[in-house]
Amino acid sequence: MSYSTRCAACKSLRRRCPQDCILAPYFPSNDPQRFASVQKIFGASNTTKILQQLPVHQRAEAADCMSFEAASRIQDPVYGCVGIISQLHQQILTTQHELAMTQAQLAFHYAQQETQQERRIMTQSQVQYDGPSSWFDPNQKEPFYLDQPLPDFHQPPGFL
Amino acid sequence: MGGSYPCGSCKLLRRRCAKDCIFAPYFPSDDPHKFAIVHKVFGSSNVSKMLQELPIHQRADAVSSLVYEANARVRDPVYGCVGAISHLQNQVSQLQMQLAVAQAEILCIQMHQDPTLPTHQIDSDNKSLLLLHNNHNNLPQHLNFTSPSNVIQDPLKRESLWT
Repeated sequence: MSYSTRCAACKSLRRRCPQDCILAPYFPSNDPQRFASVQKIFGASNTTKILQQLPVHQRAEAADCMSFEAASRIQDPVYGCVGIISQLHQQILTTQHELAMTQAQLAFHYAQQETQQERRIMTQSQVQYDGPSSWFDPNQKEPFYLDQPLPDFHQPPGFL
Repeated sequence: MGGSYPCGSCKLLRRRCAKDCIFAPYFPSDDPHKFAIVHKVFGSSNVSKMLQELPIHQRADAVSSLVYEANARVRDPVYGCVGAISHLQNQVSQLQMQLAVAQAEILCIQMHQDPTLPTHQIDSDNKSLLLLHNNHNNLPQHLNFTSPSNVIQDPLKRESLWT
């Protein structure tokens, strides 16, 4: 095997890159940083183990995700990508609140309009305001690990 | 060897738990699963290095996030935490779309109520007016799993995830 065709992983590990190298398809030699960050956070042998346990058609996405997580952890050594999750949760709450307020404004306006047009007390609002929980599709399935509550951080992840 | 009980990590690694063991404050012996899962995904020496590089007051939070991430990775070996991020980003997008529609309705009402506002600027679809100004159009699609070879683009553009 010519050394010039070693993948980034084997180059970094200073070993021969076999034809069936499990890491080669996902850590090409033209992107050494990608493997370097995965190696730093997960370790080469853990990465290999994780990929080996997956069917071949799922390994590319797993490698992409591990690369993303590793890069996030390097950029934010305290929270990693859990910081992103925490901030997205916060953004959802903020946007839900804003949406609820806007919908309440609309409901108030339509209620006023109807009173002015028909000159009678509204017994039923046309715009149902059920609160923020109704803005989500209750049938939308969440990944099961979202059942896992976020940790109680001593210092909440802040915006970077 | 002193009489102190080994912490969760030293128990698993079957070694003497030193007085200044870096893991001991965060991996108690009564919760062996906690270290086991972090060791499985990240490896004990990587975790030790990560903790050593952090000031002491940040290590507890770092351990919490590592445990969370490791759990996610074990439960979903393909996507791990990234699956949650993708799902939450979709939720944010949907909510922002709904908000844009509601705000467009408000704008429409205000335009009708105040005839002095220039009407030639009002499109028949006011939603497009607000959509142009609404940041949700610029939400970066970091995570695109439609193409296996599509590397997650610029994962660190966190500022643009939210306004």
